Amino acid sequence: MKYVFIIAGVLLIPLTIAAGLIWVERRLLALFQDRYGPNRVGPFGLIQVLADVVKIFFKEDWIPPFADKAVFVMAPGILIATILLTFAVIPFTDNFLVLDSNIGILFFLGNSSLGVYSIVLGGWASNSKYSLLGSIRASAQMLTYEVFMGLSLVGVVMMADSFSLREIVEAQQGGWFFIPQFVAFLVFFIAGIAETHRTPFDIPEAEGELVAGYHSEYSGMKFGMFFVGEYLGVTLISSLIVTLFFGGWLGPAFLPPAFWFFLKTGFFICLFILIRASLPRPRYDQLMELGWKVLLPIVLLNILITGAILIYNSSL
Amino acid sequence: MISILRSIWFTFLHAFHKRETQGYPEKKPYLPPRYRGRIILSRDPDGKERCVACNLCAAACPVDCIALQAANDYNERRYPLFFRINFSRCIFCGFCEEACPTYAIQLIPDFEMGEYDRQNMVYEKENLLISGEGKYHGYNFYKVAGVDMGVKGIGKGENEEPPVDLKDLIH
Repeated sequence: MKYVFIIAGVLLIPLTIAAGLIWVERRLLALFQDRYGPNRVGPFGLIQVLADVVKIFFKEDWIPPFADKAVFVMAPGILIATILLTFAVIPFTDNFLVLDSNIGILFFLGNSSLGVYSIVLGGWASNSKYSLLGSIRASAQMLTYEVFMGLSLVGVVMMADSFSLREIVEAQQGGWFFIPQFVAFLVFFIAGIAETHRTPFDIPEAEGELVAGYHSEYSGMKFGMFFVGEYLGVTLISSLIVTLFFGGWLGPAFLPPAFWFFLKTGFFICLFILIRASLPRPRYDQLMELGWKVLLPIVLLNILITGAILIYNSSL
Repeated sequence: MISILRSIWFTFLHAFHKRETQGYPEKKPYLPPRYRGRIILSRDPDGKERCVACNLCAAACPVDCIALQAANDYNERRYPLFFRINFSRCIFCGFCEEACPTYAIQLIPDFEMGEYDRQNMVYEKENLLISGEGKYHGYNFYKVAGVDMGVKGIGKGENEEPPVDLKDLIH
């Protein structure tokens, strides 16, 4: 029975946060741009999300006649499913997690690779130029950034001596990993932005050139699912950053561990939004150059140095 | 790299800036007295219509949104039989106010004229005519005009000399 509650909680909490993020993002963007944002519906505009959802449900859910119907319908589901699955291995606290897997990090990396399918299939099934261009860009970008997203975690894994996210958090009792692994943290953060394709790495859905990229043919709640998927992705990456580099639920004892986890995650979600508010989108080739020529060597160097220090320490 | 962090920091500082939003329906904005908004027809200090139905406003209107018809009252004084402004066409340029020789037609600082029905954007004379003098107080066209409409006799106004008898050569 306890597990049912935990599973329901782990399903519901990210979905609620993702829905709330629609409001949070609009309010925060407005704050950074000296505006108010949605403040009409309910107190502080909190009911805005509900109004948006009602509206999006009443929209015509149109499938273009030229689309590959089955794949077209399936694509947004894959995105949500892969991201929600990943939440299974995230330890909210030391006993509030669905699956204490000994391959937690690999499970996350595998799922985020599967998430690319959603975008590729969505763009492909739409059978339109811009969607296909968007999904081509998305797949190239996500494959590139996944390479060193995975590599940036190697240092953490070496220091914690485990792939299990719970054990990684527990290994941070003595000190959070973002200090020794600061470079890896930066690279993981950048890769995380690219992985959730948020501004400034939202090249797959660049409005200016590709209309909306891979989801330009989508309407109604299917379009909404892509958006919820994006916000889920932001939540996921933020909670992973917290778990891997900022000690997860660890924190001074005057507040419960779950609170610390959500506080830190919330901070990184706000950072995501701040970055969106301030940075313009790079050119596509610049994005690829940054990935392969700068971040990849840095990450490899980080692995070498971390390994060298660990071996030196253990030989003492 | 530094410039990226710098721009993120300066964007963050904007969180503490004053917000530019004007909370319009709750907080009304200040409109200067010469703001060009809703058009009205004003009256003399004695409460008579200022409009003499000269049609200059209709002629000046670049979008042809003013329609009126002249008529004479029992005193042979001209007035508009009907005066109609189609506000769905009006561009609030204020040319009618400039053209008006009697200060009758005036633009006032009010812009809240939204309607659900386009027909309701057409204002008739009873919608336009106000009971006051609008922006120009104490002005009565017939006090400076050269015709006698029962306001003052010919040649009786301030700074006005009595009419010259053209057939008299003495002065």
